[in-house]
Amino acid sequence: MTIDLEGIKKIYQIGTQEVAALNGIDLHIKQGEFAALMGPSGSGKSTLMNILGCLDRPTVGSYKLDGKEVAYLGDDDLAKTRNKKIGFVFQNFNLLSRISALDNVALPLVYAGKSRRERAERAYHFLKAVGLDTRANHQPNELSGGQRQRVAIARALVNDPSIIMADEPTGNLDTKSTTEIMKIFIDLHEQGKTIILVTHEPEIAACASRQLLVRDGVITRDAGRGEKMDVV
Amino acid sequence: MLFNESVMMALKALIANKLRSILTMLGIIIGVGAVIAMVSIGMGVRKNVQDSIASLGSNMLIVQAGAPRVNGVRQAAGSGENLKLDDSDAIKKKIKNIDYVAPSVQKSYQVVNGNQNWNTTVYGITSEYMAIRSLTVNSGSFLTENDITTRARVAVIGATVASNLFGSTNPVGKNIRINNDPYKIIGVLENKGQSAMGQDQDDCVLIPVTTAMERLMALTSIRTINVQVSSAEKIDQVQSEIETLLRQRHRIENPVNDDFQVRNLTSIMETMTSTTTMITMLLGSIAAISLIVGGIGIMNIMMVSVTERTREIGIRKALGATFNNVMMQFLIESIVVSVIGGLIGIVVGCASAMAISKFGGFNTVITLEPILLSFFFSVGIGLFFGIYPARKAAKLDPIEALRYE
Repeated sequence: MTIDLEGIKKIYQIGTQEVAALNGIDLHIKQGEFAALMGPSGSGKSTLMNILGCLDRPTVGSYKLDGKEVAYLGDDDLAKTRNKKIGFVFQNFNLLSRISALDNVALPLVYAGKSRRERAERAYHFLKAVGLDTRANHQPNELSGGQRQRVAIARALVNDPSIIMADEPTGNLDTKSTTEIMKIFIDLHEQGKTIILVTHEPEIAACASRQLLVRDGVITRDAGRGEKMDVV
Repeated sequence: MLFNESVMMALKALIANKLRSILTMLGIIIGVGAVIAMVSIGMGVRKNVQDSIASLGSNMLIVQAGAPRVNGVRQAAGSGENLKLDDSDAIKKKIKNIDYVAPSVQKSYQVVNGNQNWNTTVYGITSEYMAIRSLTVNSGSFLTENDITTRARVAVIGATVASNLFGSTNPVGKNIRINNDPYKIIGVLENKGQSAMGQDQDDCVLIPVTTAMERLMALTSIRTINVQVSSAEKIDQVQSEIETLLRQRHRIENPVNDDFQVRNLTSIMETMTSTTTMITMLLGSIAAISLIVGGIGIMNIMMVSVTERTREIGIRKALGATFNNVMMQFLIESIVVSVIGGLIGIVVGCASAMAISKFGGFNTVITLEPILLSFFFSVGIGLFFGIYPARKAAKLDPIEALRYE
């Protein structure tokens, strides 16, 4: 069991009012699953994503990642967990603009304390895997949107994480690039990677082996591949 | 870990914002440069004062004939006639830890060369006088032991006297007349300028003490004995030994009746040195204020930089940068600014100190201490003023930071 959420609640204090962004989530995601997380805005899916990605802590509940309780770790331990176990792909790529594609891909390895040579080798390997080895020394602003997202995927993969977290990875891309990127995710799934993909597009969600619908802070539907889910 | 990486990142970030980095450094450059230049001026002043005091002779004791009582009326100091050349010889023979003993007499005379004349002080001295007053001869030679014993009519003259009596011609070998007696000039002293007390040290004529006493001034006593003690620690001991010796020789039982007095220059030296040290500190601390202002400049820019790069910080944290990683990155950035600024400041400071001494007429002395001090101070300032922005960066919540536009 890769991900094991048990009674996760996230409660925000707004003035004197308590607002539950997540209201009791139980979720199990197995090794090698490709799960799409859907939901309208305000449903709590971003909060769930942040907790799954170890960027945030739940108010109550238990989150076991690879069997280890990570729900209430300190900031630095969360950072180390993110570094080792989670690869992020963001909607707006979030690449550092001043450094080359290769250095961007190598960035997680810097914080993992790998040697310069190992970093360069591994970064190059993963850039090649997403078909951008010829663009290694280009800066992000010299790349197209699709290429940037591929760099971001290479970066997510470079430290061999347990989970790939993709937050609307195709939200800023045209149709052609979207197809390319989704093909990469499907390939990764076939290679046995665990992927969690946040999206509001049913076509994208349909690529996943499992579809989860979040609404009002709870998971309201949990379906298999191909089932049509109406988000709204 | 990560130290080299952080330095590389910092350098890249600084190069990416060249103009801003240079402007930030400018604060530190000016600060360090000002400290070095100001302190070097202060040290220059101190050296001037020390030199001029040392030119009176360092570790000096001055034995002066006392003020005699004539029918209960005290006369002027130095007018007593009980201090003899023998006393000087006795001091030289019997007291240890003494480098030189130089007895002297002095009196004002109208000195004449042809149709030029000049009123100056004529000193009757021995050859030790040269060493004790740190005199050097510009041309010709100084009085010798032989001149003293033979009571030769020879003179060494100061630069002021030389220029007033001889203009631009070289006086060595010429004769001057003192009290209508001819004296052959054997040397001209190196220009010494004014003393710390404002006295013209080049306005003098030096002749052998024996000649002065017996031929010129018709004296049997001497006026002062300059004694150079071998080390500063021995001065007090030597002073009391001299006092005891002279009391024995003059058969004085009660020190109240001393017909001589012994003074030393150490206290003057100490006062002067502490004054100039204070001037140096004052100049240095004024300059140090600009260094602090430079530090605030660094802080300001780092704050802007942290805000600007909020998103970058968010990305780095999402990818696994810990508090310390981010803190280190920004701290090193501000330290790199201050180190580079400090190094340039050292060059600028030394260059301007040299320029000041060359074109500004100030004597400057560049020493290692203010250079090291201001450099490490500037690094410390980079560290101190970098901590707050770096902490601010390191404490950013990754979710907020990633959302930042």
